[in-house]
Amino acid sequence: MRTILTVFRKEFFENLRDRRVLMSALLFGPLLGPVMLLFILQVVMQRGEAVTDKSVTVAVVGASEAPGLMKHLESQNIALEKVSLSEAQIRSAIQERKFEVVLRIPADFAQLWSRSAPAAVEMFADSSDQFGGQATGERVARVIDVYGRQIAQSRLLVRGVDPTVSLPIVVQDIDVSTPTSRAAFLLGILSYLVIFAMFFGGLYLAIDSTAGERERGSLESLLATPAHRPFIIYGKIIATLAYMTISLILTISGCAATLQFAQLEEFGMTVSLDLLTCLKIIAVSMPLAVLGAGMLTIVASFTKSFREAQSYLSIAISVPTLPLAFVGVLRIEPSATFMATPSLGQHLLITQIVRGETPTIGNILLSASVSVTLGLILCWIAGRLYQREAILG
Amino acid sequence: MITVEHLSKRFDKIEALRAVDFFAADGRITGLLGPNGAGKSTTLRLIATLLRADAGDVIIDGISVRKDPVGARRRLGVLSHSSGLYPQLTARENIAYFAELHGMQRDDIIRRSDELSRLLDMGDFMDRRAKGFSQGQKLKTALARAMVHSPRNLILDEPTNGLDVMAVRNLRTLLGRLRDEGHCVLFSSHVMQEVGLLCDDIVVIAQGRVTAAGSIDSLRTQARESNLEDAFVKLIGSAEGLN
Repeated sequence: MRTILTVFRKEFFENLRDRRVLMSALLFGPLLGPVMLLFILQVVMQRGEAVTDKSVTVAVVGASEAPGLMKHLESQNIALEKVSLSEAQIRSAIQERKFEVVLRIPADFAQLWSRSAPAAVEMFADSSDQFGGQATGERVARVIDVYGRQIAQSRLLVRGVDPTVSLPIVVQDIDVSTPTSRAAFLLGILSYLVIFAMFFGGLYLAIDSTAGERERGSLESLLATPAHRPFIIYGKIIATLAYMTISLILTISGCAATLQFAQLEEFGMTVSLDLLTCLKIIAVSMPLAVLGAGMLTIVASFTKSFREAQSYLSIAISVPTLPLAFVGVLRIEPSATFMATPSLGQHLLITQIVRGETPTIGNILLSASVSVTLGLILCWIAGRLYQREAILG
Repeated sequence: MITVEHLSKRFDKIEALRAVDFFAADGRITGLLGPNGAGKSTTLRLIATLLRADAGDVIIDGISVRKDPVGARRRLGVLSHSSGLYPQLTARENIAYFAELHGMQRDDIIRRSDELSRLLDMGDFMDRRAKGFSQGQKLKTALARAMVHSPRNLILDEPTNGLDVMAVRNLRTLLGRLRDEGHCVLFSSHVMQEVGLLCDDIVVIAQGRVTAAGSIDSLRTQARESNLEDAFVKLIGSAEGLN
């Protein structure tokens, strides 16, 4: 037991002096998370406000035919630019991105209008231009549609008919999302950042204490001491675990500070990473760190040099983390199978906690016990590995 | 005292050692001489219990490596072919780490570190980080680390590799001092002149077999050559791998 403590202490403090380890474990991971979170929030919010509030400019051919419609469009924050173009010219103008949307009022519009006959308006837009032509086109069409309905109702009124007969059914939108749940999809990314930073924090220590030890030539001397070999590797795994934990705590603190600063309330979302929430996230993530520390150490043990270990471990880290960047989109429900899957289970738990829900004790225990059990098995395997001759390389 | 008995070791298809027998006495420096790939490192690794023998045994001060590897390790100081220090730790911390792994108590560690620092003349770099050490400083630190638990037997794998002339001289003085204190010193080398200068006894090893063993004079006699170099070449079978 003393061996474990001795090795742990040495690895922990030696690596604390190594600038390279420090940068990756305690600076890069914890900074990367909040910075990415801020970036993503920025993008999502900008997109959210972009189409509805921004003033757009629409080119109109034959505007004089429909003065009422033009007035209505302008009242809805749509600027008009009167042009005179042929159809071919309109098409090329849109392709050249001179205009996003061009309205053409046919010459017979006023005449049809005055007879209360259906009057056509042609709208040219590029639907493959998702955030330009398509979005603006939809908005213009909506505005025209509303104007059309108003006109229809006033025409009925003039003819002595109650305009409500033209509205046999009305859909009322009732949004039941809460400010917290609205933000949750955004925070699906949070679990990815947290878990990634946690793994990354242990990366260099895992490499240094195994492949690094072999590359320096200190492994042989180390294994020639009477210390029980599995205890030596357990000490190293625990040191890796400690660095992962520190990285985890720093990352969550960083994210909490970022969210404090981002003021999501203005966008109708509340996300509070208060102290209790942070502690819960750390608690559900820790079992995965046990598994992660074992995994990193074993993978690094098979490599011959620092460089080789680095490339293998980068791949090894992406196996449990990369899928998390996408599962948010898939709407995976917390079933037992998913909960028992390491990394995915933690992701689901973190997401629930961030949404302000309380995960069931059963799910927490299931996720934790699978990860810890697998982690302990890996530690045992690592111990066996260090009793083999081949470990000398 | 280290006695090697019929030691055999095979790696897959390569027979590294074939029934190696020799003896390294207390109060003497024994050199394991042979060309590269002769089996020197394998022999030392088997003695250090880093590898397990397929057949045969090593007896260290009466303890069988096979039956009690941990007991054997306690009586053995091992200096591997690269000094293998931890660059972020000071010389003192490097030594203390191994002392703790040997199960030594804090007071003993402090006392023994100071003792080794005096013995190896390490005062001026004892509390500096090993990162920027010269070859000589690295060797001294590694040697102090190997001897921190006061082992009676010391094995060194090609200790002079990469050392400058002064460092080799220092090592020579040092090993001589250890011998005079009654230690059993066993080291490997492929540099013939070095072995000739340093050793009391020589074990010549080639292709996994001991081809000759004894004092320098007795080897000359065995090979019927008055020149030491000619004697070695004759005992090894060819000059290949020697320099």
